[in-house]
Amino acid sequence: MAYLVSHPDEVKVVSKRFGMGATDIDRYLELDGYEAVQKALGMGPDAIINEVKNSGLRGRGGAGFSTGMKWSFVPKQSAKPKYVLCNGDESEPGTCKDRLIFEHDPHAVIEGVMIAAIAVGAHTGYIYIRGEYRYLSVIMQKAIKDAYAKGFAGKNIFGSGYDLDIYWHGGAGAYEVGEESALMESLEGKRGIPRIRPPFPAVVGLWGGPTVINNAETLASVPPIILGGAEAYAKVGTPKNGGTRLFCLAGHLNKPGVYELPMGYNLKKMIYDVGGGIPNGRELKAVVPGGSSTPVLLPEEIDIAMDFDSVAKAGSMLGSGGVVVLDDTTCIVKFALRTIKFYQHESCGWCIPCREGTDWLKKTLTRFHNGGGVKKDIDNIYYLAENMLGRTFCPLGDAAAMPTMAFVKKFRKEFEDHLDGKPCPYERAGATEPVLA
Amino acid sequence: MADVTLIVDGKKVTAPAGTLLIEACKSAGIEVPSFCYYPGLSLQGACRMCVVKVEKMPKLQTACTTVITEGMVVITDSEEVRQSRKAMVELLLGNHPLDCPVCDAGGECELQDMAFSYGAPESRYTEAKNHREEQQWSPVVYFDRPRCILCYRCVRVCGEGMDVWALGVQNRGVSSIIAPNQSDHLECEECGMCIDICPVGALTSGAYRYKTRPWEMNHVGTVCTHCGDGCKTTLGVRRSDTGMEIVRGDNRDKSGINNDFLCIKGRYAFDFAHNEERLMQPLIRKNGKLEPSTWEEAFELIGRRFREVRDKDGGQAIGVIGSTRTTNEENYLLSKFARAVLKTNNVDHHRSADFPALAAALHGKPGKTATMRDVLTAPAILLIGNDATNQHPLLAWQIRTNVRLRSAKLYVINSAEIKLKKQAAGFALLPAGADAKAVAFLSGDDSVLDSLAAAGTARDAWTALRDQVRGEQNLVIAFGSELRGADIEKLAAFASTLTGAKLICLADYSNSRGASDMGLYPDLLPGYEPAASASKFQQEWGSLPAEKGLTLPEMIDAAKDGKLKALYVVGANPVGRLGIDPFLLSKSFVVVQDMFLTETARIADVVLPSANAYEKSGTCTNTCGDLQLVKKAGEVTDCKPDFEMIVRIADAMGFDVRGLVPFGGGTHSDMGQTRGAQSGEADRHAVWLEAHNLEPKMTPFDPMAILDEIQRVVAGYDVSRVNLLAGADQHIEIAEGGAGAIHKPELIVPANDGLFSSGTLGRYSKTLNSVMENRSADVEVAAD
Amino acid sequence: MRFSDEFETRFSEMITHYPTKRSALVPTLLYAQDEVGYLSDEVIAELAGRLGLTELEVRNVISYYSMLTTKPRGKYNVQVCTNIACMLRGGEEILDHCKKKLGIGHKGTTEDGLFSLEEVECIGACSWAAAAQVNYDFHENLTIEKMDKILDEYKKKGTQ
Ligand SMILES: Cc1cc2nc3c(=O)[nH]c(=O)nc-3n(C[C@H](O)[C@H](O)[C@H](O)COP(=O)(O)O)c2cc1C
Ligand code: SF4
Ligand code: SF4
Ligand code: SF4
Ligand code: SF4
Ligand code: FES
Ligand code: FES
Repeated sequence: MAYLVSHPDEVKVVSKRFGMGATDIDRYLELDGYEAVQKALGMGPDAIINEVKNSGLRGRGGAGFSTGMKWSFVPKQSAKPKYVLCNGDESEPGTCKDRLIFEHDPHAVIEGVMIAAIAVGAHTGYIYIRGEYRYLSVIMQKAIKDAYAKGFAGKNIFGSGYDLDIYWHGGAGAYEVGEESALMESLEGKRGIPRIRPPFPAVVGLWGGPTVINNAETLASVPPIILGGAEAYAKVGTPKNGGTRLFCLAGHLNKPGVYELPMGYNLKKMIYDVGGGIPNGRELKAVVPGGSSTPVLLPEEIDIAMDFDSVAKAGSMLGSGGVVVLDDTTCIVKFALRTIKFYQHESCGWCIPCREGTDWLKKTLTRFHNGGGVKKDIDNIYYLAENMLGRTFCPLGDAAAMPTMAFVKKFRKEFEDHLDGKPCPYERAGATEPVLA
Repeated sequence: MADVTLIVDGKKVTAPAGTLLIEACKSAGIEVPSFCYYPGLSLQGACRMCVVKVEKMPKLQTACTTVITEGMVVITDSEEVRQSRKAMVELLLGNHPLDCPVCDAGGECELQDMAFSYGAPESRYTEAKNHREEQQWSPVVYFDRPRCILCYRCVRVCGEGMDVWALGVQNRGVSSIIAPNQSDHLECEECGMCIDICPVGALTSGAYRYKTRPWEMNHVGTVCTHCGDGCKTTLGVRRSDTGMEIVRGDNRDKSGINNDFLCIKGRYAFDFAHNEERLMQPLIRKNGKLEPSTWEEAFELIGRRFREVRDKDGGQAIGVIGSTRTTNEENYLLSKFARAVLKTNNVDHHRSADFPALAAALHGKPGKTATMRDVLTAPAILLIGNDATNQHPLLAWQIRTNVRLRSAKLYVINSAEIKLKKQAAGFALLPAGADAKAVAFLSGDDSVLDSLAAAGTARDAWTALRDQVRGEQNLVIAFGSELRGADIEKLAAFASTLTGAKLICLADYSNSRGASDMGLYPDLLPGYEPAASASKFQQEWGSLPAEKGLTLPEMIDAAKDGKLKALYVVGANPVGRLGIDPFLLSKSFVVVQDMFLTETARIADVVLPSANAYEKSGTCTNTCGDLQLVKKAGEVTDCKPDFEMIVRIADAMGFDVRGLVPFGGGTHSDMGQTRGAQSGEADRHAVWLEAHNLEPKMTPFDPMAILDEIQRVVAGYDVSRVNLLAGADQHIEIAEGGAGAIHKPELIVPANDGLFSSGTLGRYSKTLNSVMENRSADVEVAAD
Repeated sequence: MRFSDEFETRFSEMITHYPTKRSALVPTLLYAQDEVGYLSDEVIAELAGRLGLTELEVRNVISYYSMLTTKPRGKYNVQVCTNIACMLRGGEEILDHCKKKLGIGHKGTTEDGLFSLEEVECIGACSWAAAAQVNYDFHENLTIEKMDKILDEYKKKGTQ
């Protein structure tokens, strides 16, 4: 079970029912549950989509695409059935927010899926949860069952005449399956190899039918938007970055945890105030602002608003909401190696640049960190990453290349300090300082 | 579809809407490099070699997955594009073993070529490469994992193309690997398509591995000598102690009727040619035993005995059994030799389909037979009888490809649930042996419906199928040997009620159709001219025997009765294949021309070692009637083509071979005079040659001289010689031939060969044998 | 072959959730593995048959997903995350400690068949790092001492 934290700056929209026993459907109903979907049934598709568009809600899965816009791409008429697919594969290192939603408020996700389905005219929704989250699958399967029992799902939901089936689906260990087209492959019982795009899922998705794919947090944000109105939601965030988001503060912090903060919250404040600052009196060395795939920021770069556009302007990405803080005892070469080790392990292997590139990066960085590095390795590492960037079949290659390039560019000196057989300057007996009291 | 215009490298390119950018570029002569793209197979976007710059797109785009749009501006070669491709090659080479000097693909490797074009002179990568041992997956397929660049071509060609799905991709990331269906080995159709399509040396064939280097071979494009489909196969040959050894078969030029396809037989079963049991010397029976002898002695003996029998007992005491694998020229020559020299109509061959009935049904109605290429493009196909996947692998490939890429409709009527059922839009299960009833039903006879429905396909389903078939235009109807005689007539009549329907009669051997077309029948002369009323051939060949000829079983009966004094068997094994009691032939003087000491050769008085179809030149006609050039590739010294042996025997009989083969130089009038007896013939021949811009041939052993004669006198064969020589297939109109004949149905004996057997020939292929053994071993394990 | 009633109920319901049978494959494999311990040849053949797939296809899928295994594992599969957030908070040291204590390496199994050890990627506990899973149970805010106790408890549970 994950631990809950809180901070006065939090604005609880998605997390408002955390810790309140809302996994129980009756309790959920007491807490405004399933009101939004009933309202949505009355609004009709166009009004729902407009509302979501106006809310400024952008995808919480990483790319930050306008949710309302995505829904509007689904053709009104379709010979094949349409689907909604909730992406709960949460696997980007640094990210642990969807887990909290599933654990504390599964019905909110179901309700979000329902509203999305009504908006695009789908009659089936799937909620895909990564295989490691078995206990959450149990919670979700029960929640779905309860919703069916109450007539909220299945035939003629809420007596509206609208049929809508909701199903759970589980993964079995693969980060790449979080990528939307690989996710569909996985749901269809296949290897998680991404599909060629275009066509995009909104047009040709699951079993060839138009499919809306959204992150679990995105979908959980939808009922409050419908219930409270687009304007109120949008107002919480910054322009074009509506609402709140769950930030997962991790790493060298005194008070790590998942906090729901308004979009555009200042990163520096997030680290030093919300997160309680760096333990052991250490200095901040770097921040990974949005999950392991986002380029690292230096201490002088963190006085920024945490919304999609501002972080992009700072040369990184808001990503999936995983804020990982590194203190000055951290070896960047080692951190880069661990990052690339992940992408090497998770590359689906379909395309040459990612499959071979991540492997060579891992091999080179391993040797490099072990003191076997030579000068031209540093340029080679950068060259490799640069030649992966933008050339891979799916964004996982980019996700591996971008942070690597940033590490080399921003910490070249530290790479040089590892050269010529010198031991890692950060390796000491006992390695990591204890950060837990 | 409407055309779309785009600009590629400053050039205006127009192509139909929906065309892939890589194809549009190709059509404009701009080659975009690719590993994973393969025309006709599903798109992958995996190798990233085909990247190009498309205006207004921030990233480079893969030309293999991009569909052209109006006004698109594309740059296929720029600094950025070259750098991207170079990086891909570098990355591949980073983990690729540098064993090109010993790799089978060395010299023909797409990675090598790419490295040359986009080159990575200095390796940036100093890490150890991932090494793995090579694995043998089947008698045919070997896999060398480190060489694999994961282009997935093999997986797709096996699945999408062959519909076998024996290869998969396992693991992920850098551990990704191509895997065979039985964990550590393959159980599949062993077609070698995966090997052929592999751009590098990761998949190699047992037949060719480490034998030679591509540049040490000569390549000869010829026609497969196994089933009746007539695939073009390119044989790689190399000098050896005994002549020219065939070391490889493939279809590198892809220009044949088979395009990309070859089955195991066309690709690997050339190895019978070098079987150690191959006869290398004439054998003569002395004191009851076959003893090695000389050609002179053999020809002298045969010539003397044949002449004695003919002169003493008459031509009807001699029987001739021809071959379904020899060339048209040899078959024609044999038919002519029998009639003109041996003076007998006792001519036959192993019949596996009823072409004479088809000729009779279509006589004078041209345009009613389909080519093998038609099967690839027809909007609909009806297959009655036959298990094409096993018996006509190319036909099955054409059907599958047509269904997959052009959405052709396939209808199957069969007494078994054959594999092609999967592609069928309509399938009807027949009670065994009820094929004729199916034809009656198609033709409108509903009285058979009850008995047809007995196998499980309901009456409604039968009627629905018939309605669908009746609604098809330009339908190709292929039928197996289940249909014979009057059934074929009925089917042809049914076909004539449909718009544009065409027929294919399926026969089993590589030149079954040729044997039939060239008149290896007692009652039919070349071009289905009835022997009884063949005034044309009278004119061409001189006086013909008047006696009615015997069929093959009748000849055996006559031999039993001691009436058949001599039997001349050319490239056939009737004892082995047709289950004839060898004792029945003990009273006859038997001459056999063969490569091996077959069951028939074993009882012969003289055995002459013959060259096979890969060791001679000529033409052959596939089951559809597609005429193709056969080219000499291999050579085994001391074996002679059947053509030469027939001429030598005629000569030894004292026959002036100019009467058999129109050869000889000089002026036309001179040729006329030296031909003597058949006055007029030479002139006609000379006039024809001149009209066709052809030179007279110089020796009696040149089969092209007979090709001249075939083209001149066999109805339907007067096709373009230039096209033929250029390697193109030419369709023969059976309808233009003579009246044909309806024979007793029991004269047709299906070969019952499958994917891994090929009559007598197949027994001498180590490749086919090892696959068979492998299979039975698997079955035994499974049974445990 | 026989699975538990619970498995069968879930399976027969699940395949009705999709337009194609094979869609149920991935979660079904995981549930089957939970029952049998690993995906044996027998399980593969059985599920391939039920879902209308070749065994090759099933193996292709199994080999893709890191939680699926065709080899038996220990009763308790200890999965220690060493990914970035955990690494910063001692994940690697915890893994090393497990290795030493259990006497096995990455993907090893103890001789008594009680424990297997695995270094895993992020398990979604980054804000509560360092983290590990033993089978499906999460253990978070780990220190070496805490991990040591956790292993002892499992050992006790497993040998009772
Ligand atoms: C390699 C990779 C992994 C991803 N993993 C996840 C994931 O675990 N969860 C998720 O919601 N989105 C993930 N995404 C993003 C999805 O592709 C997709 O953009 C997202 O689910 C869309 O939902 P949203 O618009 O609500 O963000 C991943 C993308 C990539 C390229
Ligand atoms: S970038 Fe290529 S290899 Fe990497 S995960 Fe995507 S498709 Fe697979
Ligand atoms: S030999 Fe043919 S059937 Fe066998 S794996 Fe290769 S492509 Fe498939
Ligand atoms: S074996 Fe050959 S064809 Fe198959 S994926 Fe590897 S390189 Fe491509
Ligand atoms: S299909 Fe027939 S002709 Fe073609 S390669 Fe096979 S045996 Fe030879
Ligand atoms: S040829 Fe286009 S990606 Fe391989
Ligand atoms: S990094 Fe260990 S749980 Fe996320």
